[in-house]
Amino acid sequence: MSTLLEMSGVSVSFDGFKAINNLSFQIGEPEMRAIIGPNGAGKTTFMDIITGKTRPDEGRVIFGEKSMSLLGMSESQIARAGVGRKFQKPTVFEAQTVRENFALALKNPRSPFDVLLHRKTPAGADRIEALAEQVGLSDQLPRMAGELSHGQKQWLEIGMLLAQDPRLLLVDEPAAGMTPAEREKTTDILVAAAQKHAVVVVEHDMEFVRRLNCKVTVLNEGSVLAEGSLDHVTNNPDVIDVYLGR
Amino acid sequence: MTKALSKTFLIRHPSTLWVLASLGLFTLIVSVLSEAAGTGLISTSFVKTLGKTLCLCLIAIAMDVVWGYCGILSLGHFAFFGIGGYAIGMWLMYARTEAIVAQNLSANLIPPTDSEISDAIATQIFGVVGASEFPAIWAFSHSLTLQLLMVLLVPGLLALVFGWLAFRSRVTGVYLSILTQAMTLALALYLFQNDSGLRGNNGLSGLQNIPGFEATSQAVISLAFFWASALALALGYLLFAWVTAGKMGSVIRAIRDDEARVRFLGYQVESYKLFVFTLTAVVSGIAGALYYPQAGIINPAEIAPIASIYLAVWVAIGGRGKLYGAIIGAVFVSLLSSYFTGGSAPDINLGFYVIKWTDWWLVLLGLSFVAVTLLFPGGIASLFDKLARKQ
Ligand SMILES: Nc1ncnc2c1ncn2[C@@H]1O[C@H](COP(=O)(O)OP(=O)(O)O)[C@@H](O)[C@H]1O
Ligand SMILES: [Mg+2]
Repeated sequence: MSTLLEMSGVSVSFDGFKAINNLSFQIGEPEMRAIIGPNGAGKTTFMDIITGKTRPDEGRVIFGEKSMSLLGMSESQIARAGVGRKFQKPTVFEAQTVRENFALALKNPRSPFDVLLHRKTPAGADRIEALAEQVGLSDQLPRMAGELSHGQKQWLEIGMLLAQDPRLLLVDEPAAGMTPAEREKTTDILVAAAQKHAVVVVEHDMEFVRRLNCKVTVLNEGSVLAEGSLDHVTNNPDVIDVYLGR
Repeated sequence: MTKALSKTFLIRHPSTLWVLASLGLFTLIVSVLSEAAGTGLISTSFVKTLGKTLCLCLIAIAMDVVWGYCGILSLGHFAFFGIGGYAIGMWLMYARTEAIVAQNLSANLIPPTDSEISDAIATQIFGVVGASEFPAIWAFSHSLTLQLLMVLLVPGLLALVFGWLAFRSRVTGVYLSILTQAMTLALALYLFQNDSGLRGNNGLSGLQNIPGFEATSQAVISLAFFWASALALALGYLLFAWVTAGKMGSVIRAIRDDEARVRFLGYQVESYKLFVFTLTAVVSGIAGALYYPQAGIINPAEIAPIASIYLAVWVAIGGRGKLYGAIIGAVFVSLLSSYFTGGSAPDINLGFYVIKWTDWWLVLLGLSFVAVTLLFPGGIASLFDKLARKQ
């Protein structure tokens, strides 16, 4: 396992409020990592920084073998470098079909010229069928994404994340609004992805985190409070104090 | 290969087939009924009106692609249309004046020198603004080929530079619309100046006279331009139908609906916007270059900010996000507008007040715009879709 992403000394403040405070974080490839922490701990902001949505005030974010800095790169460059993201609130293209949503995400050249001359290939169609099968949307491919239920949109977004075939998957609260059976399926998909890639999962649900069976990082007030196995962190008095004790 | 390809494209996009077939039929009917064909049921001036309407349809579908599909509410596309008109107008005026001057000077015993000819042409063209020398921007006006190149290059480059600056700084929404209005206003104000080199508010005139075809009647010339406009519209429609159909269409509609999300999928949103903005600007320039020889005159008022706003109104009323919607809107509103503002609509006497349509048409148009936006966001085209679905 080699280090894929390294964040060090990162801070961000919004109008004087320090959302991320001198945060350092590392993940290897392949690796699964769960991030837990109370609301407002900075978990989503942490993902915003990696994906280029938010620029940190200080610190470094290094990605890949060539140790490229993600800080000078645009959102789309970071995505092309191999960082994929599932948002906390499902965001799919509601006015397009499920198939079109998958096709948009599918790993293919991204320049306007390539897209203009893009031809549908049987391989691409097969890949979409396989992804739809994997997330249980096989029957929904011709439907408008806007007609899907909330849970199905979550699945579609997970499918789109897999379609991009990223090296680093950032998954923000995937289990929200899912049934226990769906949660189990989600963990299976994420664990499978973590066989080859780096996966960071933000989740509140402890059962879900336990099933991921991985190292856990606890965030609080924008910095790391504890790190280790789930049992290790849940027995940490500081963690019990700020998070579990409530 | 290409033939089979285009065949399947048309079968998969029946609305494109319908539009092209209707356009072909319409062209045939107008041709048969025109004065050029001898029947004369349609007057030459009405052939010109119809030809101009086809050019307006062409810029309307361009507007629909940039706004309805890609979500960029450009309120400046008429500037590109006007530039196309000016570019072709410069050659038309130069070449025609040159012919007249050559004829006048041929009576002289001593053959005139090149500079004498050039001075005489300049005096003829720029006398109205008190100048007698060619401004630098007329450097290519002697060449039809070069001016045709200008029809494409000037709108294209202006759109490229403007779009690059605006999209790179992530100016979007109403701010971008205001910026495009500022661009078209600045261009109009510049052209209004007498020393702009384009004859100030006089504009360019006599554009209906095509050099080399002095002996040809306007009936024939008007029909030729009508055909050219119909062909340009057909090709433009095919081009935009192709661009908006495949994966490109999917990406630009995604940008319209949530551009931030598209970035996180790895697409460089700015290049897509720049591509769409520039392509539609070039097509608008072509539409203008075909329009103004039929109108006969172009002046800076044509580029006034309000013209580009009308364009958005046509597309909204016709139906955004559907190419045929833009055509319906352009035909419907522009013909209605010439009916109401042309003085042929009867005034309505309410006893205490007389509604003069020349004054009240704009109010009616404004109210329809608001009504369509609020009540039928799909525009007139959505009514067609409802009918098609019922069958
Ligand atoms: N764009 C922003 N502007 C101002 N404050 C923000 C912004 N984004 C996040 N915050 C604040 O930063 C803190 C961390 O938020 P967030 O990362 O969403 O927390 P979490 O995902 O852990 O619940 C919160 O207090 C939130 O209000
Ligand atoms: Mg969050």
